[in-house]
Amino acid sequence: MEKNSLKHITKLVAIGGSAGSLQVLLRLFSQIPSGFSIPFLVVLHRNVQYESALEELLATRTALRVKEVEEKEKIQAGHVYICPPDYHVLVEKNHSFSLDYSEKVNFSRPSIDVVFKSAAEAYKSHLVALLLSGANADGATGLLHVRQHKGITVVQSPDEAEVSYMPQQAIQLVKPHYVLGFNDMVLFMQGLLLQGQAS
Amino acid sequence: MEINLKEEEIEQIVQDVAALYGYDFSGYSKASLKRRLQRLLTLDNFHSFAEFRHKVTTDDGYIGRVVEEISVNVTEMLRDPSLYKVIREKIIPLLATYPFIRIWHAGCSTGEEVYSMAILLKEAGLLHKSLLYGTDINPTVLEKARKGIFPVSAMQQYSKNYIAAGGMADFSSYYTAHYSLAKFDESLSQKMVFSTHNLVSDFSFNSFQLIFCRNVLIYFDKPLQARVLDVFDSSLELFGFLVLGAKESLRFSPVVSRYRQIEGREKIWKKIA
Ligand SMILES: C[S@@+](CC[C@H](N)C(=O)[O-])C[C@H]1O[C@@H](n2cnc3c(N)ncnc32)[C@H](O)[C@@H]1O
Repeated sequence: MEKNSLKHITKLVAIGGSAGSLQVLLRLFSQIPSGFSIPFLVVLHRNVQYESALEELLATRTALRVKEVEEKEKIQAGHVYICPPDYHVLVEKNHSFSLDYSEKVNFSRPSIDVVFKSAAEAYKSHLVALLLSGANADGATGLLHVRQHKGITVVQSPDEAEVSYMPQQAIQLVKPHYVLGFNDMVLFMQGLLLQGQAS
Repeated sequence: MEINLKEEEIEQIVQDVAALYGYDFSGYSKASLKRRLQRLLTLDNFHSFAEFRHKVTTDDGYIGRVVEEISVNVTEMLRDPSLYKVIREKIIPLLATYPFIRIWHAGCSTGEEVYSMAILLKEAGLLHKSLLYGTDINPTVLEKARKGIFPVSAMQQYSKNYIAAGGMADFSSYYTAHYSLAKFDESLSQKMVFSTHNLVSDFSFNSFQLIFCRNVLIYFDKPLQARVLDVFDSSLELFGFLVLGAKESLRFSPVVSRYRQIEGREKIWKKIA
């Protein structure tokens, strides 16, 4: 199958979510094996007030190194990068991050579209983008961009999502490669790990 | 449909703009530059890169618009209230000991940051002996800054920021609302000087006890950041303070050895040597 060919070796997994995505995200990371070396970039809509709580929460669920994105930082294996509140995150072609304080997109900063679009351009077919639960249309256009750049697109099954609007919007616009329930999402991630070892 | 700019095209336009108009964007973050240019192409209805390039290179009235759209001008009053609380409590008492206070807001955009600082100085009884310089690459935002007129719809948020930053007065006493606009008191703007200054190519123009440069360095690559921090270093008096954005740091810069970050998590560095 196409995802197993060499050109699809995944080098970054970007995960976006909004309302109702936090619990799935925490559960998902508690199931990801500690040897997982592909870096993650997580962008959640969150309240500016909550500050660093997300890093701390995630760090209790995974042995991977969880940290907030820093500007100009190089993306490294074994890390889970979290987008900071109130900044957009852009992925550069040289696989580093830039922060940006421009207008909100889809009423959001960070915006999932912004992250997915720049990650798609930087990682092309080596990107997996996963969109979770949410009450906003953010992420759908970004996911389309990922697909156009030959990345792999995954959407949480709307039947399982706490708020189905965001996955539904994405499914309508993109026809993603995979629409997965929680258990299949875990299997999918484990599959990425195996693919990494085989290469 | 959005035009997808190629890397070479972006390089081309950056070179054109530098050669023709003297604005050098080559040290700007590539991803942000691309995003801003694409946005401009969409907003101004260009159908191809060639058409856009033709406009930029043949119509010298259009460069203002290009600079305006490349530079991100989003800002807020008293953004990061905890920072302003520390400035109020720890920095202002030190400034008070100087006979004359000079402050530089580099990349001040429409001036919200400058008005924020002026309010703090006024409340400390120091505004009369202060001068606040606001500079930016974009002349259009400076024109707005001079007027001190901001959307009234933002005042609720600013008033919250003000209280969180330790403000005790009634925030609305600083402006007069007129329909959708709030005009800030002229006693504040009287102590301000706004002027264009390009951090890429211009040099130090005075010495200061306090320099703000918030959410500008994030757009620059490391060499350009180093250049700009050098300009600040040569503009800052010994024991003066440099204030950066919430996600910016002196940590990896060549000047860091001469600075000490003040206690706590705020992005304030004191020049110690
Ligand atoms: C995101 S705004 C930050 C405004 C404010 N300091 C804040 O933090 O809210 C960035 C500002 O930097 C200005 N800027 C960008 N490049 C510049 C340069 N080379 N020299 C001076 N200002 C520049 C932009 O025009 C814009 O107004």
